[in-house]
Amino acid sequence: MYVSDLALTDFRSYREVVISLEAGITAFVGQNGQGKTNLVESIAYLSTFSSHRVAGDAALVRAGAERAIVQAKVQRGGRSNLLELEIVAGRANRARLNRSPTRPRELLGQLRCVLFAPEDLALIKGDPDGRRRFCDDLLTLLGPRMAGVRSDYERVVKQRNALLKTAGAARRAGSDGDIRTLDVWDAKAAATGAQLLAGRVRLLRDLRPHVQHAYEQVSGGQGTAEVSYRASLSSGGDDQVAEEELTQPDAVEAKLLEAMGRLRAREIERGVSLVGPHRDDVELTLGGLPAKGYASHGESWSFALALRLASYELLKGEGSWDGDGEPVLILDDVFAELDTRRRERLAELVAPAEQVLITAAVPQDVPATLTGVRLDVADGKVTRGD
Amino acid sequence: MFDGALQDLVEELGRLPGVGPKSAQRIAFYILASDPADVSRLATALRVVKEKVRFCEICGNISEETQCRICRDTRRNGAVLCVVEEAKDVVAIERTREFRGRYHVLGGAINPIEGVGPDNLRIRELMTRLADGEVTEVIIATDPNVEGEATATYLIRMLRPLGLTVSRLASGLPVGGDLEYADEVTLGRAFEGRRTVDV
Repeated sequence: MYVSDLALTDFRSYREVVISLEAGITAFVGQNGQGKTNLVESIAYLSTFSSHRVAGDAALVRAGAERAIVQAKVQRGGRSNLLELEIVAGRANRARLNRSPTRPRELLGQLRCVLFAPEDLALIKGDPDGRRRFCDDLLTLLGPRMAGVRSDYERVVKQRNALLKTAGAARRAGSDGDIRTLDVWDAKAAATGAQLLAGRVRLLRDLRPHVQHAYEQVSGGQGTAEVSYRASLSSGGDDQVAEEELTQPDAVEAKLLEAMGRLRAREIERGVSLVGPHRDDVELTLGGLPAKGYASHGESWSFALALRLASYELLKGEGSWDGDGEPVLILDDVFAELDTRRRERLAELVAPAEQVLITAAVPQDVPATLTGVRLDVADGKVTRGD
Repeated sequence: MFDGALQDLVEELGRLPGVGPKSAQRIAFYILASDPADVSRLATALRVVKEKVRFCEICGNISEETQCRICRDTRRNGAVLCVVEEAKDVVAIERTREFRGRYHVLGGAINPIEGVGPDNLRIRELMTRLADGEVTEVIIATDPNVEGEATATYLIRMLRPLGLTVSRLASGLPVGGDLEYADEVTLGRAFEGRRTVDV
């Protein structure tokens, strides 16, 4: 699929901009602060309803405006769809698909993107929540049902934590509080948590060969990259639960319930849920050593790129139920971060994709293999370069 | 900010659910510009609703007597009891004209974040009601969200030892809709709760 037209109204720095795009490679070139990233961010936002730069939506709306509107025409398998999204800070988004109002969730999956950004380095060097989000975002792209499971699980954990907190306080005061209802929340947390956890483990299993292959290509055959799921439900050490078992939601549900029973006293004491997908991590290793802490800056970059490339391969291959799951590739300011060798390898790998959108401050940063349309971005205006 | 009485009114209105500061201001100015007779009618309505309306001592539904209309109605089937979260839900189910049993209004759902536990709901009253054995079937009609589902699970566990028929409302596809427009979660639920057809 590819985006053929994009129109922004009051999005970030843009009061109004309309651009047409083509399949193949497009580079947005311009100095810092001119609005290159804002363009690609809007496209990525349409595909996931989240931004890689900020957590809230408020920053997406131009200062002084009430709402931002993103419209994009997506060409997919010979059909064209018009996606429109109205972003109002602090309130629910409103969506239209081919001119008719629809629930925002219906837009998810219409446009698929894989975005490479300098922030990706945090996948390797940062905290577990970034890696969990990486899994969950990809799961949602592959099956929109997961969006519901995710929000249900978050809600259940919040409720359960609130209960554990008051139960702890009540117990210290010598009463039982509402601890009777904890069993109910355990059951709900186990049932939704198991679906999320099993989904992630299955995802990593499918992603693994792609990550290994991509890492080999980006790094030029140095070392083996490995991804595995680290579940908080096993008490660590030797009794790591076999991956195969973790792909079965029923088995996981039973294990989660068992772990919650085991940890109940400690959970009440501390007032938080100590077990479940919200405490899990994805372990990334290079040649047997954890990437976090051991990998060099360059190796970390290669790993981050490998994760994104693997997502692209997975979406392209397995998500193609309607014949065209190939996502739009967005490379936001990444070339400036890479050394020449990695730059060239990455360029070779992404060049054959149906649509590649690149942002760069200096045209020389973009490898020669990625020649295509060049659009100059200056002061909120987009003009076709030479 | 306004002076004295007007500011008080804006603040009071702003505490109502679904009314933000801007709407509160708008309503306040509307009231200020209205006919005095209209305003005192509104004021009376507000006062009387608090004086007159109470909760049915049996089911917790809204009533102006000690027992609500449904609990007093002898044509109702006393063997079937439908458990709902709010009095609004009674109205919704009554509109269907399908249900001829009686109701029990819990007054909310289990919600630890808001500090609502089983003791804050009318669950003890429910258990007392079920003790005499007149009710043989309980239909649990709490909302199909996280809190409603948790409340249903809790109730089912409480009711299990009593040996009653307990059922939960089905969730799934809306009538008159198109399958293709159903969201994935609803459609997934509908699949889970599918029924075998007699052939």
